[in-house]
Amino acid sequence: MKPIIECRSLSKKYGEFYALNNLTLSLGRGEIVGLLGPNGSGKSTLIKLVNGLLTPTLGDILIDGMRPGVESKKIVSYLPERTYLSGHRKVKDLIEYFDDFYDNFSKERAYDMLSHLEINPGARLKTLSKGTCEKVQLILVMSREADLYILDEPIGGVDPAARDYILNTILTNYNENATILISTHLIHDIENVLDRVIFIRNGQVVMNTSVDDIRMEQGKSVDTLFREVFRC
Amino acid sequence: MAWQLDNDRPIYLQLMERIQRDIVSGRYHAGDKLPSVRDLALEAAVNPNTMQKALSELERSGLVYSQRTSGRFITEDTKMLEKLKNDLAGEHIREFLEKMKHLGFPQQEIMELVEQTLKEENK
Repeated sequence: MKPIIECRSLSKKYGEFYALNNLTLSLGRGEIVGLLGPNGSGKSTLIKLVNGLLTPTLGDILIDGMRPGVESKKIVSYLPERTYLSGHRKVKDLIEYFDDFYDNFSKERAYDMLSHLEINPGARLKTLSKGTCEKVQLILVMSREADLYILDEPIGGVDPAARDYILNTILTNYNENATILISTHLIHDIENVLDRVIFIRNGQVVMNTSVDDIRMEQGKSVDTLFREVFRC
Repeated sequence: MAWQLDNDRPIYLQLMERIQRDIVSGRYHAGDKLPSVRDLALEAAVNPNTMQKALSELERSGLVYSQRTSGRFITEDTKMLEKLKNDLAGEHIREFLEKMKHLGFPQQEIMELVEQTLKEENK
């Protein structure tokens, strides 16, 4: 089976600055992967390249064997760091919008999660709290039957209880054929749900290892290792 | 409520220990069916693949067995369960003795202290 993400000598240059520098990476299916690195390490650039929002300066990126484009976007469900949804719209309208836009969207699943969280589908996005708003966006993204989910900082702005719910949602919707790529700074909170972590620094992969291998070989958590590797 | 897990040891090992403890403490009995990997992973708030690995390891040790379509069960071998219980007890005792030795107690005194504490508890 083809890797879900494959980067070959991938570089992205902004002016004279290399955000990604000759990065090579291959991700298989059925894993929950943490994309970890300090600010400015290239995480968001990589995610934007996967989603076709940027084009590579050099090298290649393939999603299930395809260059990012219309076809790859059909199988990638993406939660961006900042929302692109209009605050004036009602939650139920957004659900219609997603249902109309994506073949693999399940309205039933979305309404199910909304009622579970007691979110009123008739509410306009801008009337919801920041945390509820993030939950709505996650629900929209996780209600698609995608091959690759990319969650950019999905737990950044929410309280610990909501964080638990979000992780629970990710675990509940996880299936063996899909890969979930999560970028975050809150390593401690998500460590237990990850199969593997990718450390990225100065636009290059410096580590790509399973969480339990790190614990077995180093006797420390990923969180602790991160603090050591990226000590300022 | 997610399971309490340490930060410095492999997660699958801790999941194995937790399930073993649940068996010994009587949450599961000989021959009981275990919840599905997904349900256990959700309960523990861990990655399903990690839970799968823990269960496979338990299967390898013979403590649980799987039946093709109907799921995983606790062994009906009560001797094995008895042994597990004793092994776990032995581990705790050795750990305790190690700590007492660090505090500088000789064996004889440890025994006296334990007996004394037991007496107080039973009052």
